Amino acid sequence: MPFIPHTPKDVNDMLQAIGARSIDDLFDEIPKELRIESLAGIPDALNEMQIGRLMSVRAAQDGTPLNFIGAGAYEHHIPSAVWAITSRGEFYSAYTPYQAEASQGTLQLIYEYQTMITSLTAMDVSNASLYDGGSAVAEAALMAVRAHRRSKSQRILVPTTLNPNYRKAAAATIAGQGLKLEEVPCPRGSLSVADLEKYRGEDITALVIQQPNFFGVLEDVDALTDFAHANNILVIASVNPTSLGILKPPGEWGTKGADIACGDCQPLGVPLSSGGPYAGFLTTKMENVRQMPGRIVGRTVDLDGQQGFALTLQAREQHIRRGKATSNICTNQGLLITAATIYLSLIGPEGLARIANECHARTQELVAALTRVKGVKLAFDKPRFHEAVLLLDRPVAPVIEALAARGIIGGCDLSGDYPELGNALLVCATETRTTADIKVYADALADTLKAAVRAA
Amino acid sequence: MSDSPADLKYTKSHEWVRTLADGNVEIGITDHAQSALGDLVFVDVPEAGKSLKAGDAFAVVESVKAASDVYTPVAGTVVEGNANLGSQPELINSEPYKGGWIMRLKPGGAPAGLLSAAEYQAHLAAEG
Repeated sequence: MPFIPHTPKDVNDMLQAIGARSIDDLFDEIPKELRIESLAGIPDALNEMQIGRLMSVRAAQDGTPLNFIGAGAYEHHIPSAVWAITSRGEFYSAYTPYQAEASQGTLQLIYEYQTMITSLTAMDVSNASLYDGGSAVAEAALMAVRAHRRSKSQRILVPTTLNPNYRKAAAATIAGQGLKLEEVPCPRGSLSVADLEKYRGEDITALVIQQPNFFGVLEDVDALTDFAHANNILVIASVNPTSLGILKPPGEWGTKGADIACGDCQPLGVPLSSGGPYAGFLTTKMENVRQMPGRIVGRTVDLDGQQGFALTLQAREQHIRRGKATSNICTNQGLLITAATIYLSLIGPEGLARIANECHARTQELVAALTRVKGVKLAFDKPRFHEAVLLLDRPVAPVIEALAARGIIGGCDLSGDYPELGNALLVCATETRTTADIKVYADALADTLKAAVRAA
Repeated sequence: MSDSPADLKYTKSHEWVRTLADGNVEIGITDHAQSALGDLVFVDVPEAGKSLKAGDAFAVVESVKAASDVYTPVAGTVVEGNANLGSQPELINSEPYKGGWIMRLKPGGAPAGLLSAAEYQAHLAAEG
C-alpha cells in the first residue's frame, strides 16, 4: 500500500468540503464532559534511550528463578530453531493477511498447524486458533449451544477441577448471551460420575472436562464422556497438548469421543512471557464444523490442478454475517501457532511423548521429595500428569514469599480460588527441572518451614 | 426474468409459500433468491416441533459467498424440515419450487400480507 501524506492544505480542503472548521469539529458528537485531555497516573512519554533503560531494570528484577509453578502456563525447553524461524520477516505478523490467498505460505503453515492439532487430539477439524485456553473454553461453550439442537437449556456444567481462570474467562465472554455456567463441586480433586448423578435426565447442553485437571489429576474421561452422551450432553474437552504425547486423545474418550476439544498452545514452544500472549486451539467433529468460530484453512486445487490453500467456511464470519456471525472472534494467533507448528515439527510424536514422560517423572520425584518435608502432605493421592496439590501446615502466601527470596518460585497458592482446600499449594515440574533443582526446592522448603517454627 | 409460479404466494424477502392439501404450508426461497446467492453449499433446516412467529428466521442458507437467514411470513409449528437438503443443498438451486422446499409448517393463523406472483415480479422489477 503506498504511503499518502496529508499536507495541511489537503486537510483544509477536506474539512472545507464537508463544512467543518477543524478536526476537533469531527468529534462534536461526543459530549464535552466525556472527553479527557490526559490520563491521570499515566506519565509523559519516554524517549527510546529512557524506555530501554527502564525496561532493562525491570527485566533484571525477574532474575532467573527456579520455577515450580504451572497452573495453566508451563516452562518447557524451546529449541532455538523455533523462534529463529518464527521471527523471520515472512512470518512475523500476528494476523492472517487480509488478502489471505495471496499469502500461500502463511495459509500452508496454518493448514499444517490444523493438521497437527487434529492429529494430536484425534478430532476431525481444527480452526486456525483463538486467543488462549480460556477463550477457547468460552468459544467451545457457545459452539456447543449452537450445535446441540435438542437441548434448549443452554446450561453448561463446569467442574471446579477446570482451571479457575478458564471459568472466569468463559463467564465473562458468555455473560449476556443467556448461557448458564453451573459449577460442579469436586471435593475429592477429580470429577466423578457420582458428582454428575443429580443431573441425570435433565436438559444439560454440555459438560467441560479438563484433562489433566487443574490439580494435575487425571480424570476418568471415558466414564465421564459415556455418562454425558447417555444423558444427551455434549462433551467439551480442555486438554494440555504436551500431555497428549502419552494420554488418550479426546477424540477417543469413551465410546464416541469428545464433541469439542480445546486447550492452550503455550506449552508448544511459546515462552511464559509473564502470562501471554498465548494461543488457544479449538477442534471438533466434522458434524459440528459449521458451528466452529474463526478461520479455517483448507487445501484445494486451482484451475490447473495445482495444490493451493484457501480460507474456507468463511461465510459465517463477521465480515459477512455481521451480528449473526458464529463468533465475534474472527482473528487468530498467527505468530504463536507458527511457533507451535515449528516446535511440533521439530520434536515429532516421539519427542512429545518423551517430554510428557519426563514431565510426569520429574513431578513424581518432586512430590516424593516435598512430601518428605515435615509439615507437607499430598492433597489428592491419584494418578496425575505434571502437577500436584500439596497441603502445608500453615498459610501458603508467606511460605511462597520466603521461597521467592531464595530464588525459588514455589507454586500457585490456591487459597483464593479454593479456600475449602485449606493451605493448598499447586506445584509443577516439567522436563526443565533436574533432580538437583528438586533437591534445592525441598531443602529450601524444609528450611523455610523450620525457620517459621522457630520464629513462632 | 426469474421464474415465479402463479399458484404460489411470495414475500418481499424472497420466500415462497405453498398451501398444501392438508392445510399445512410449504416454504422455500424463490428462483430469484437462489440465483442471487449462487451455488448453495449448506442449508440449516429447522427441527420439527419448533414454534415460530411471523417474521422469525427459521433457516440459514449458505452459499460460497454468503450465509443468509430465511424468514417465515406465517406463524405456526414446524412439521418438518427438508432432510434431503442435508446432503443435497443444491436442490434449492436446481428446483427451488419443488425438491428445494425448506420447511413444512402447521400454520397458527391465515397467512397475511403475501404477494401474488405478479406482485412479486413487480417487486423484483422495482428492486432492480
